[in-house]
Amino acid sequence: MLISKITVMGGLNKNGDLETIPMVEIFSGEIVAVVGPTGSGKSQLISDIEYWADKDTPSKRQILINGLLPESYATQTTLRRLVAEISQNMNFVIDMPVREFLILHAQSRGIESAEIIAQEVCDCANQLTGEPIRMEHNLTSLSGGQSRALMVADVALLSNAPIVLIDEIENAGINRLQALQLLAGQKKVVLVVTHDPMLALIAGKRIVMKHGGITKFVTASPADKAMLSQLLQVDKVMCELRERIRQGEDLSHVTIREAFVYQ
Amino acid sequence: MQVVIVAGTPASGKTSVMLYTLRHILAENIRVAVCKIDCLETTDDLAYRRLGIPVTVGLSDYICPDHFYVSNLEEVYAWGKEQMAEILVLETAGLCHRCAPGIKDCLSICVIDNLSGIDTPKKVGPILTTADVIVVTKGDIVSQAEREVFRRRIEMVNPAAEVLDVNGLTGQGTLRLKKYVLASPAVAGLSGKELRYPMPAAVCSYCNGETIIGSRYQMGNVKKIDFGRLDVDFEDNSHGRA
Repeated sequence: MLISKITVMGGLNKNGDLETIPMVEIFSGEIVAVVGPTGSGKSQLISDIEYWADKDTPSKRQILINGLLPESYATQTTLRRLVAEISQNMNFVIDMPVREFLILHAQSRGIESAEIIAQEVCDCANQLTGEPIRMEHNLTSLSGGQSRALMVADVALLSNAPIVLIDEIENAGINRLQALQLLAGQKKVVLVVTHDPMLALIAGKRIVMKHGGITKFVTASPADKAMLSQLLQVDKVMCELRERIRQGEDLSHVTIREAFVYQ
Repeated sequence: MQVVIVAGTPASGKTSVMLYTLRHILAENIRVAVCKIDCLETTDDLAYRRLGIPVTVGLSDYICPDHFYVSNLEEVYAWGKEQMAEILVLETAGLCHRCAPGIKDCLSICVIDNLSGIDTPKKVGPILTTADVIVVTKGDIVSQAEREVFRRRIEMVNPAAEVLDVNGLTGQGTLRLKKYVLASPAVAGLSGKELRYPMPAAVCSYCNGETIIGSRYQMGNVKKIDFGRLDVDFEDNSHGRA
């Protein structure tokens, strides 16, 4: 199913007042971050989108697909398949080699060239993670970074859900910038709930939440982008430090100042 | 009175799912009563009681819980009427899966969880295949891919059912389940109604309390394993894997 845009028609915040931002439009191929303190209503917003809220949830929001009421657009069964999720809490629990499972997933979608697409998903995941995933590896034995990379590649290439909700991806073993760009490149609507400044700035736009309502909807400014490129530098330093500590290096001669100035 | 039957695999979250769903229903000032059927022990009634609604428990004890359930349906219905309930929820224990508590003309909900393994939909049997609504829980902790495969397998064994993802911890998805509960038909009584799936055709010495192993202690309807057939199945499986 083709989705070019979803619209969040504003509802009420936790005080029962109208949300500051009355309407938010998110287009396919866009990465939008959802930020705000704990308890600010991020989960409710995501839940509203998943449920295709029609003024019948606590927030009283209404969600539209391509500007129309979801029900006028698709059956309930179809609507329930439009959203894929990736979160830090998710694990592969099936005891099965990567190849077998990817083929199974492809077959369950009725894809004929299951073998070929399974290989594509695995190759794609390998571009996102530094720890190579092999088709013979068992799903349950993958590391956190490998699992996340495989989940992203699978959602990008094998799930037909046009909307992807991401609830935090930790910065370990996976190139997050590339992961999000991969999903957006598949013309999906990508929503990222995060407390991580880097992840928030990778997004082209961000929704800011407070007291259950959307208080801001901002497009990343040139300053944001400059900040992101600096954060990517900081990230690089952190990764290098992490590697040195992992390797058991003696850091007594290294100061934080030096580590950063080196760049 | 609307009668809603909730069944499902053990520890799939039947009670958690229903607690959230009933909260939505109670918020609309609809009167609900709950009957929990279990085998030896249950504390689920306490959780339901906290909603401030009438709750009763039936423990089957030495009787097969499914037979016990059917034998008590008229009485449970009468109890629900006494409580002036508009909706009567019957939650049964997730037991051997040979039987299904579904009744024709009453909404039948099956709760099953993503952690139970992707072969579970094939194994669960009539609880799943005869349900109108299938609630799938624990989707927040497995991958999207596994959820999709699990859902597909459910649809293969029960193409007619509505399949809903529900988070038993947060209640996400229960608003939709509420809609199905509210839209379910009301019935004037359960006398004369029919089970969706028959109970097992077996009365053997063990049903009557026998505890000693051995053919000479077995009487009545006894069925033995066909080992020849098992060998063939095994070969088929290994062939499929190679």
